Amino acid sequence: MRFTSVDFERNVTKALQDEHLQDALQRGMHGFVGKRAEAVAAVPEFERLRDEAREIKNHTLEHLDYYLESFEESVVRSGGHVHWAVDAVEARGIVLDICRKTGAKSITKGKSMAGEEIDLNEALEAEGFEVVETDLGEYIIQLANEPPSHIIAPAVHKTREQVSDLFHHHHRLLGFEQRQVEVPALVDEARQVLRKKFLQADVGITGANFLIAETGSNVIVTNEGNGDLTSTLPRVHVVTAGIEKVVPTLEDMTVLMRVLARSATGQEASTYTTIFSGPRRPGDADGPEEFHVVLIDSGRTAILGTEFQDILRCIRCGACLNHCPVWGAVGGHAYGWCYSGPMGAVLTPLLKDLEAAKHLPNACTLNGRCEQNCPVRIPLPGLLRKLRHRQYEANLTGATTRYGLHVWAFLAKRPALYDFCCNVVVRLLHLLGKRRGRLARVPLAGGWTRGRDLPAPAGATFQSQWRARGRS
Amino acid sequence: MNAAPKIGLFVTCLVDLMRPSVGFASVALLKRAGCEVHVPRGQTCCGQPAYNNGDDGNARAIAERVIAAFESFDYTVAPSGSCAGMLKKHYPEIFADDPAWQQRAADFAERCYELTSFLVEVMDYRPSDVSFPLTATYHDSCSGLRELEIKQQPRQLLSAVSGLELVEMQDAEVCCGFGGTFCVKYPDISVKMVSDKVANIERTSADAVLAGDMGCLLNIAGRLKRLGNAVKVLHVAEVLAGDGATAPGIADKQ
Amino acid sequence: MSGSRDKVLQRVQRALGRGTLNTEQRAQLAVRMRTPPVPTRIEFDEDPVERFVAKAQKESATVAHVANVQAIPEAVTEYLKSHNLAAKIAAAPALRAIEWPAHLEVEFGATRGQHESAVTPCLAAVAETGSLVLLSGEETPTTLNLLPDNHIVIVRRSQVLRNFEDVWQQLRERDDALPRAVNLITGPSRTADIEQTMQLGAHGPRRVHIIVVDEI
Repeated sequence: MRFTSVDFERNVTKALQDEHLQDALQRGMHGFVGKRAEAVAAVPEFERLRDEAREIKNHTLEHLDYYLESFEESVVRSGGHVHWAVDAVEARGIVLDICRKTGAKSITKGKSMAGEEIDLNEALEAEGFEVVETDLGEYIIQLANEPPSHIIAPAVHKTREQVSDLFHHHHRLLGFEQRQVEVPALVDEARQVLRKKFLQADVGITGANFLIAETGSNVIVTNEGNGDLTSTLPRVHVVTAGIEKVVPTLEDMTVLMRVLARSATGQEASTYTTIFSGPRRPGDADGPEEFHVVLIDSGRTAILGTEFQDILRCIRCGACLNHCPVWGAVGGHAYGWCYSGPMGAVLTPLLKDLEAAKHLPNACTLNGRCEQNCPVRIPLPGLLRKLRHRQYEANLTGATTRYGLHVWAFLAKRPALYDFCCNVVVRLLHLLGKRRGRLARVPLAGGWTRGRDLPAPAGATFQSQWRARGRS
Repeated sequence: MNAAPKIGLFVTCLVDLMRPSVGFASVALLKRAGCEVHVPRGQTCCGQPAYNNGDDGNARAIAERVIAAFESFDYTVAPSGSCAGMLKKHYPEIFADDPAWQQRAADFAERCYELTSFLVEVMDYRPSDVSFPLTATYHDSCSGLRELEIKQQPRQLLSAVSGLELVEMQDAEVCCGFGGTFCVKYPDISVKMVSDKVANIERTSADAVLAGDMGCLLNIAGRLKRLGNAVKVLHVAEVLAGDGATAPGIADKQ
Repeated sequence: MSGSRDKVLQRVQRALGRGTLNTEQRAQLAVRMRTPPVPTRIEFDEDPVERFVAKAQKESATVAHVANVQAIPEAVTEYLKSHNLAAKIAAAPALRAIEWPAHLEVEFGATRGQHESAVTPCLAAVAETGSLVLLSGEETPTTLNLLPDNHIVIVRRSQVLRNFEDVWQQLRERDDALPRAVNLITGPSRTADIEQTMQLGAHGPRRVHIIVVDEI
């Protein structure tokens, strides 16, 4: 997918003017917030589960080598293969290689954020493989040739009419003459189209919500069942996953499972949580003949052991996106990569490019609603501030901001000068604004006055009035 | 404690510059609560602009000055959740790799409070003989809410104000879009967020909107007035001190 | 390939500021693997079977009770009739022992989706969330759980467990390794990907019908 974080400001302008998008965001986001709140209120144990989830992830990260090795042993024991990819190029190469060796023509995909990260679909299609996304949201955006705008609801930005258009345009060629407009009919048409693809596929590629070291399993959480059909029907099942997805045991996975669905959609359990462990066993009635897991580093070890390590706890639930008012105002595409919202604002500069993504950590009010709702208690505002510090040290902070801050800090360290300058400015603004109590236009403050009036200051500063009254 | 606690009032730059009446209201409240109030000289800014933009060097320099000027008081109180949050939560972080200063900052932080939480939790204060005969809704500023757990305290104090009817707005806890430098660096997003906040205020049909942070109040008042809305915007300290009915609202004619 | 394996593991160790773990450290981690910290359970007071039924229904599964195993065929026939479905099912070979009636056409084995309805047993039913636990295997094809429009599952009362931890315990007693697939299924397939409007029957079954057999 195209990496357009550098166009953040332009993306934002487009997003704010896009009526369809604004409608969709309004509708989608309130739902997620309310449902999570309800689900959490029903579980008195939830805060303890969040603490346990954080502990499990921290423990695993501190011993990541051990757990990756154990995972590999378990997978091999069950008849599967483990591949290690240092970066995106290598990961793509490994998957291409597997697909070539099987003589595959058609590939189905369950949702994989790691797959999006490494631009897997483009690489496969360039080699002539047919790739079909099977998560309905991913399928919709695949037809639209767009990246996902939300990590668990990829097509949240699309209206029903837009989906109807897409289906009608693409499914006509498959024999579906009549345009569908209602949700049940649209879902049913997708079901029919994708059912054929599921059955035809030679290779099924999925992501992993969790990898379990004890059992050599990958766990996929869906509501549709597409993850299961992608993993079960083709001859070959390939899992693409970041190395930080591993957890030690089934019990550890249980804790994370308990906080995942509730945080994401407010469900107590998603419809399908499936634990896959290797290829079909001798005598099995169905299942893939080959099972491959591609473990992807691609920048994660550069985050491990640093002040940003906490972001590796992320279980991709999307709660931070749902609760972020900035995300709610502009949607996911504005961020320019597959990860958006607070977690995207941390991961994109770290995994992709600190400079190109420099707006992302700054387009945030540090309000903290993300951290408040994160199931694994990632201190997102703190991490974003640390990224801003990195930018400051690397001279990436915008010139105006840098200059303005220097002037302000210069004054703040010199109280007498500060008092003098501030009194001059506020008295002037007071004079200009006292007729109406506010100013519609203020030189150098265009950012403020574009959409707001500036309340007029009251006159002399508090401190000068206090001293004038002879107080201490 | 028997002796009147000595308070160092951290007035905050926005109150100092834009609305001194909030400072005077804060002084009045603290006195009525039984405190001796001082305004240490040489106070300017808590350092948030530097800190939040990654300028750790200046943030530290400013923090050292603030701690030195205020640490001798029994308590430091600020009429702002974000400034109090900076002093209480972030100053110790700033000195993480300097054990001596970190101890000093931690000790100082323990005695820092936002105004409403100080009045309720430390002084057990309840306003009396104060009236504000309007309906009002309350905006929960993010730092105060999430860093300092300020939610019930201002509401508890306001419940003692006679004539005041408090109506809660939808999404009272959602950010208004101020965010310090955010509001001028990403003005279009900020205006979208404050427009949503204004819509929620309007839906309550309240006469007034209150909050504990000048940044939020300037932002909300600025948008309300640009839209021609007559809702009165006030800092909670002004209402609690009894000035709410007579004082002009923020951005209203004085 | 082992080059990349070594590289990644070395990077991990370097990031964590150490070399490879020593024998003692590995032994400690092995102990944790065998006896992980006990998770906080979702506690509840209700009778587990009642809770399982209520939760499953909340997630849009339908539930019927029968007195004993002999009553299963009639319950299945009745369900098919009530939904105007053909008297034809794919069934897990594990259910061969049931006396299926002559008027019901039963095909044992996996499916490629040509079957409208499937009947399977399960390993367990989890009261915590109303979830069914189904294992892949020779006698229990996974495709029966996923492809047909209608999925009918037989649950004996004694199979109802409180929490997921109880399921893992049973799996470990059963065998050293997990089967290829352990499906935890909670109601029929669904999606809300179009305008956040919930719709059942996305790719998996449109309906899940649970027949609870009351005799142990």
